[in-house]
Amino acid sequence: MEFVVASSIGVLTAGGVYLILRLRAFPVILGLTLLSYAVNLFLFASGRLAINMPPILSKYGAAAYTDPLPQALVLTAIVISFGMTAVLVMIALAAFLEAETDTVNLDRPGNADAPAKEGNSA
Amino acid sequence: MMSHWIIVPVILPALLAPIIGFVMRHDITMARIASLAGSTALFAVAIGLTMTAAGGETQVYRLGDWPAPFGIVLVLDRLAALMVLLTSTLGLVVLIHAVATGWDRRGHHFHALFQFQMMGICGAFLTGDVFNLFVFFEVLLIASYGLMIHGGGRDRMRAGLQYVVINLAGSTLFLFALGVLYASVGTLNMADIALRLQQMPQENTALIRVAAMLLMIVFAIKAAIFPMHFWLSATYANAPAPIAALFAIMTKVGAYAIIRVHTISFGPGIGATQDIGSSWLFPAAVVTIAIGAIGVLGARQLLPLVAFSVIGSMGTLMIAVAAFTPQATAAALYYLVHSTFAAAALFLLADLVLARRADQTLAPRLATANNGLFAALFFAAAIGMAGMPPLSGFPGKLLVLDALRMPGQIVWAWGAVLTGSLLTIVGLTRAGSLLFWKNAASGDAAATTPGRNDHGPIGVPEVAPTVIMLAILAGLTVFAGPVMGYVEATSAQIYDRPGYIASVLGTEMEG
Repeated sequence: MEFVVASSIGVLTAGGVYLILRLRAFPVILGLTLLSYAVNLFLFASGRLAINMPPILSKYGAAAYTDPLPQALVLTAIVISFGMTAVLVMIALAAFLEAETDTVNLDRPGNADAPAKEGNSA
Repeated sequence: MMSHWIIVPVILPALLAPIIGFVMRHDITMARIASLAGSTALFAVAIGLTMTAAGGETQVYRLGDWPAPFGIVLVLDRLAALMVLLTSTLGLVVLIHAVATGWDRRGHHFHALFQFQMMGICGAFLTGDVFNLFVFFEVLLIASYGLMIHGGGRDRMRAGLQYVVINLAGSTLFLFALGVLYASVGTLNMADIALRLQQMPQENTALIRVAAMLLMIVFAIKAAIFPMHFWLSATYANAPAPIAALFAIMTKVGAYAIIRVHTISFGPGIGATQDIGSSWLFPAAVVTIAIGAIGVLGARQLLPLVAFSVIGSMGTLMIAVAAFTPQATAAALYYLVHSTFAAAALFLLADLVLARRADQTLAPRLATANNGLFAALFFAAAIGMAGMPPLSGFPGKLLVLDALRMPGQIVWAWGAVLTGSLLTIVGLTRAGSLLFWKNAASGDAAATTPGRNDHGPIGVPEVAPTVIMLAILAGLTVFAGPVMGYVEATSAQIYDRPGYIASVLGTEMEG
């Protein structure tokens, strides 16, 4: 169980970092999404892994329970990363439509071509 | 006794922003009135809070009245009050500038986003919980994304995309840090973290070091410390200039978070993490000063020049923070206040000048209207930014140098700050003489190009915010004594960890 969770977090993070380093808008968005999945799983695991236990302290009998706080944190993180991804998609789309290039880097050769294109069409 | 005024700097903009956004979305006059009134009220509340906090009592506001380690608390001490006052002052002046120059009409929802921005910044300064700090970071970031691309345009959208991507990556890193921290300490309340770290055996601290270092990296991204400074010059140079002036406080959010978290929770006396400042932050700050100075010297355009001078001032600020001694932190706080207003003054002035010039390249052009006034203002703002007398940059840098006298520090710190100041002076002088002095001859081809927006002579409302910023810099020099008294008391309070823990967690005993 620990191995599965840990390796899936690792794979998601590695994939996310790789995609972000592609520096094109769409892979970067996917990469950030993968990274946020990884961090959500990671936060979830930060309260220790437990199976079949209630997320509240039972007042009857054994005090076996799983930590509810990371679950609340994950919920917050999911909401925030969802909203942020939506904003990012819109900004990336607007930047692509304005500049006709989807590179995230500002001084790639693609950047130099764009004004020439604009000049031709104008 | 719990004062509800503590939460007003968060609630007020949070309520105002949706009202402006939904009710007044088509009526710019109403939005302006509401936004200005809200910012003025926030400024008044901030003054009140600062006067309350100056008494030295650390006041705690328990949200939902849940006791401290279980619920989220807002903490008002001298540091938080100082930062909220700084934010509201800067916000009000920048807002006047944006209204006077018409920047707020160049896109939608300027005032709503502006108020959300104020809410996020004030909340980040007030909160006493690390996860809540993350939430307020996200609030201020999402508002800043909107403000950054306000007005649109090709370069601005592309720089905005880059800014969003780097900050989303930073947020993810923040969450990883919080996960590690929670897994190893079991709490996210700053006071409770400090308490538990003091009791933790020395051998179990590897994960704590990882968490503290990750948090340092996250805050360093916000504060634009080497090697996380790359985003700043592109963002600030492409953002609308009034927004860049407001962003002068955003780098300070990072600096504040390092001062707060790495002093209270991970600071001196906590064996696992106390050497992070000297072994990582200090060298990074030295390099940051160098990058800022070289950038100012090499900049070919006005806004990148100002952006690099901001990076340099952040280096000077962090070099003082990295010492983690009460004297150095007091100097850092004085310099923090100064550098915020100095950077804002330069950006506001740059906006006024660029609205009347054909482009922002540092090259001789036809003299604009009010060339003499702009030259004088640029001279004053450059003096403030470079740290020359008589403005407050000089006592600020003097205090920073005076606080860094340890044998290992003195050579690097003094060398970096003094050389950096010299290069900044040279760079700003070059820019000033190219912009205002060497005007193109009237027969020149470039000279016939009309100004970008063809503005006429400047009016009082447009220039007033810049003058107010410079007046604040002068005031910081004249009243350096009282201000130093306040920041020294602030610094003493920051390093009084038992006092902070008792104030935040002690209320638990009563409740």
